[in-house]
Amino acid sequence: MSSLSLKDLDVFYGDAQALDGVSLEVPQGSIVAIVGANGAGKSTLIRTIAGIETPRRGQISYKGAQIGGLPSYKVCNLGIGQVAEGRQIFPSLTVIENLEMGALLPRARGKEKATLDEVFGLFPRLAERRDQLAGTMSGGEQQMLAIGRCLMGQPDLIMFDEPSLGLAPAVVQEVFRIIRLLHAQRGMTVILVEQNVAVSLKLADQAYVLENGRIVMQGSGQDLLHDDRVRQAYMGL
Amino acid sequence: MPADLILTVAVQGILTGLVYGLMALGLSVIFGVVRVVNFAHGEMMTIASYAAIVAFGAWNIDPLISMIPIAVLLFALGYAMQTVLINPFINRPEHSQFILLAAVAIIMVNGLLIIFGPDARNVLVDYALDSIEVGPLLIDKVRVITAVLALVITAGLFAFFKLSRTGKAIRACADNHLGALVVGLNVKHLYALTFGIGSAIVGAAGAMMTLLIDTTPNIGPVFTLQAFVIVIIGGLGSMPGALLGGVLIGLSEAMSGLFFAPSAKTMFGVAILILVLLFRPQGLLGRKA
Repeated sequence: MSSLSLKDLDVFYGDAQALDGVSLEVPQGSIVAIVGANGAGKSTLIRTIAGIETPRRGQISYKGAQIGGLPSYKVCNLGIGQVAEGRQIFPSLTVIENLEMGALLPRARGKEKATLDEVFGLFPRLAERRDQLAGTMSGGEQQMLAIGRCLMGQPDLIMFDEPSLGLAPAVVQEVFRIIRLLHAQRGMTVILVEQNVAVSLKLADQAYVLENGRIVMQGSGQDLLHDDRVRQAYMGL
Repeated sequence: MPADLILTVAVQGILTGLVYGLMALGLSVIFGVVRVVNFAHGEMMTIASYAAIVAFGAWNIDPLISMIPIAVLLFALGYAMQTVLINPFINRPEHSQFILLAAVAIIMVNGLLIIFGPDARNVLVDYALDSIEVGPLLIDKVRVITAVLALVITAGLFAFFKLSRTGKAIRACADNHLGALVVGLNVKHLYALTFGIGSAIVGAAGAMMTLLIDTTPNIGPVFTLQAFVIVIIGGLGSMPGALLGGVLIGLSEAMSGLFFAPSAKTMFGVAILILVLLFRPQGLLGRKA
């Protein structure tokens, strides 16, 4: 069963077209990777699903309901969470305040306490630093906070936009471990946009290649991983 | 000149300055979050002052009481202004926001002129001329009361931003706009709420101000400028900064009235502004950008 489905999506920034007829399916409980060069439209795709950009044409449906054009706070409340590129934490709020912000969604009310314990279980570092200003933490800790904040909103589907960007190798490993864990243990649906193409294709059930705003290739993660064109263009092999 | 007199005038100036600071705090809160400069700030204060004058004239309600419904009224006005007028302008260049709010300001001043005429009005409560003796000093009772209220309201606002969910969410919007969208905060609503809160504060200040100064429609632009000067001296976005800036302006006005001429008071305020811009451009309690 398809959880999220996009059909013929066109998105413009002014006159410049960022997405051109994008259609894709994200099955419930799967990991879907979106691969492509800088400026191909990956982040735009995520922002459009999240309701931060408005599509000019096309449909977005989630669990059978049309969500295209809904404002971001309504999309979030349907269970579509996001770990945005550049983390987008609140630097002058404390760690605990950042986490509280994630739990303000109506769907998350009343479950904050239990979810907070889970998040602290997943990231003990955040518990140690709960009263520290988020902006004073390291990049890796901020990424943990961004993921924890997203989990506070009780998402069923999480979109990760470049979660490993700018992080130390050990932290990158940790981020991927968490993504795998959320998928395997909690059955979360994951959309993964990642510059590290090899890792994300290995992780993905299904993958799409985005070029100049269009889907130019799609297949299982394994198929694309062994596709010569993908290997040449995105893995330098 | 006797030291008692100087000290009395200084204390009166500081107390008045706290109410100025409260007025400017509204501007600071709005700019700090919504990043819109409310060029109609003083005019909104004047509307609140007239509301207090009408409430006193018609029903004999003390401005210290009527300030509560007036603050609620101004909250609604601010919320509506942000939702209807400013939101469509939020992504436009700053000069078009300026023209929009300057137009609102002109409409407000002239609306008040049409309704109330150009004559100065005030509120004469029965304790208006009472004073409190503190040692050798003789301090106006209304100035003490309004200054204490200004401090209480500021403390309440501080607690709201520090402790309440909504207050934290507003701070989050100010901190990272995209981040707020990503976690699913209703940013437009929170912006309107912030504009409403800033307006409610200036509403309370406007009602109190009727006890301290005469009101005419034309003081609106003067207080808009005054609010800017105070907020820039104290540091944009800093709540204690707004109070400190207000106190400095109140003190400089009182002192210039005593030593030079009351008409020279603005000059000293602007002189402080220039010094701050030269030596501490982020404001006395502001943070470096």
